[in-house]
Amino acid sequence: MSLAVNVSSLTKHYQVPEREAGLKAAAQGLFKRRYRTVKAVDDISFQIPTGEVVGFLGPNGAGKTTTLKMLSGLLHPTGGSASVLDFEPFRRSHDFLRQITLVMGNRNQLSWDLPALDSFDLQRAIYGLHADEFKKTRDEFIEILEVGSLVKQPVRNLSLGERMKMEIIGALLHKPKVLFLDEPTIGLDVTMQKRIRTFVAEYNQRYGATVLLTSHYMADVEALCKRVVVIHHGKILFDGNLSALVERFSAFKTVAFTLTDSASDLTPFGEVAARDGSRVTLRVPKEKASEVTSRLLTSLQVEDLTVEALPIEDVIASVFAIPKEAA
Amino acid sequence: MKRYFDYYRAQMKIAVLQEFQYPIAQYFYMIGMIAEPVIYMVVWSAVAVQQGGAVGGYTPGGFAAYYIVWTLVRNMNIVFTPYGWEWRIREGRLSMELLRPIHPLHGDVAYFAGWKFVVIALWIPLAIFLSLIFKPDLHPTLLEGVAFFFAIWLAYLIRTMTLSLLGMITFWTTRVSAIFELYFAAELVLSGRLVPLTLMPQWVQDLAWFFPFRWAFGFPIETLAGNLTTSQLLGGLGMQAAWIVIGIVATNLLWRVGIKKFSAVGG
Repeated sequence: MSLAVNVSSLTKHYQVPEREAGLKAAAQGLFKRRYRTVKAVDDISFQIPTGEVVGFLGPNGAGKTTTLKMLSGLLHPTGGSASVLDFEPFRRSHDFLRQITLVMGNRNQLSWDLPALDSFDLQRAIYGLHADEFKKTRDEFIEILEVGSLVKQPVRNLSLGERMKMEIIGALLHKPKVLFLDEPTIGLDVTMQKRIRTFVAEYNQRYGATVLLTSHYMADVEALCKRVVVIHHGKILFDGNLSALVERFSAFKTVAFTLTDSASDLTPFGEVAARDGSRVTLRVPKEKASEVTSRLLTSLQVEDLTVEALPIEDVIASVFAIPKEAA
Repeated sequence: MKRYFDYYRAQMKIAVLQEFQYPIAQYFYMIGMIAEPVIYMVVWSAVAVQQGGAVGGYTPGGFAAYYIVWTLVRNMNIVFTPYGWEWRIREGRLSMELLRPIHPLHGDVAYFAGWKFVVIALWIPLAIFLSLIFKPDLHPTLLEGVAFFFAIWLAYLIRTMTLSLLGMITFWTTRVSAIFELYFAAELVLSGRLVPLTLMPQWVQDLAWFFPFRWAFGFPIETLAGNLTTSQLLGGLGMQAAWIVIGIVATNLLWRVGIKKFSAVGG
């Protein structure tokens, strides 16, 4: 099994100047600066086999973007090593750059005033793509993302979602083997998010590309990634299957049921997470789920009871709430 | 080589298309730009008349020729500025450019070269208008015309190199405007922008030889509006080529050190 990404003890520390608020501190800072070391990424290791789609999760400031920037060659690591397609990313060799792409949801590369078609042609020239091959790929992507009627309009006239589609087409025209996607669906509506997810999945299958995806939308991760890497305070908290993440970090289960008598007191059974008339959702400790279920069924008149794991969003939120000392 | 040629063509096309999006703004920009030389022209022409018809060999027609050619050279001198470097680093644009398998400086050179074609197209009617009013004394030979063509493009490259060097200081300082202002003041005096260098004291003219400013501004004007001999024309073009070589070496060196600094702290 060949590895597309191999990260070993990768570290990135920054020296950040800091001072107290106010004029006096600012004046003192002119003569003597105080620095603090920020461990943005702290000794992380993981591997991604060729063709795998991996979700890279973490709260804001966890070190996700710093890691992606190191893997795409924008940042020089403080320590450790990283290889992408057997290249050292920070050398930014042209052969390496031709085989990767980094899409950042909050950055754009397309010319604002021009139709995306013009920017696509510039991408062709930048990557030295053969005209026929370029045209075939471009038209194929335009068709899959259903933007045929939009590519001739100035980018500034497009909606956020439409612009993001164009950005993704532009970023993939050279058919990169490794995709670093940093919040590609940020700010988009549900339909647009789904369309982009489908496109990424299709690209992955069609070209066998490796994808490392960060997103705050768990729907992206659930739809695309079997495996997730969770980073928090610069350290990896978890690396494995999404289902195993839920199993490991979820201390609770939800018990949802409908009561025939909506006036029943439920506090002895667990925390009431939601109640809508006779429909109730309880949050109970994982190890007590079966016992609570059995008590509910014997003590109350219950219809259609289901026991489920906590939604992935809730699990991730509880992981992100882990304090730095415990990470 | 073919790939670079194709890239330059595509980037220049993007520049032309982009600038054509705002033709009115372009024209107002051009009109704003000719205010400066028109003031110089009027002042120096008045001085020439008061001095009996000429100052330092320049008649009012000579000044008109100098400053009308000045307007084109000034536009050829517009390049990606240190302010642009501040912006591209602050906004993260440089990061996106670094992901491309082509050096960002190629993008700067190609984009602004494409922009020149729009500028020249807009400059022609303005130059005709100024000529009708100020009646320039301009009779270039074919050789001077050819030398001028090369000189303005070489001037463009010299200024691109020097301002890129200044811009790259942003890797260390984040802000570069104070240094740029200092550069701008020196350029104003030593380039021939404020006044033809031949009207400056001899020591200023001597000093100007050792800086790139003159070769990016005064020399191209003199190739068309001055009375340079063939050897002076060729020597000047040679000096321009030398400054470009120095600029390429210096930008490469500074880039290598600066980009390490950038990739150490992020952007």
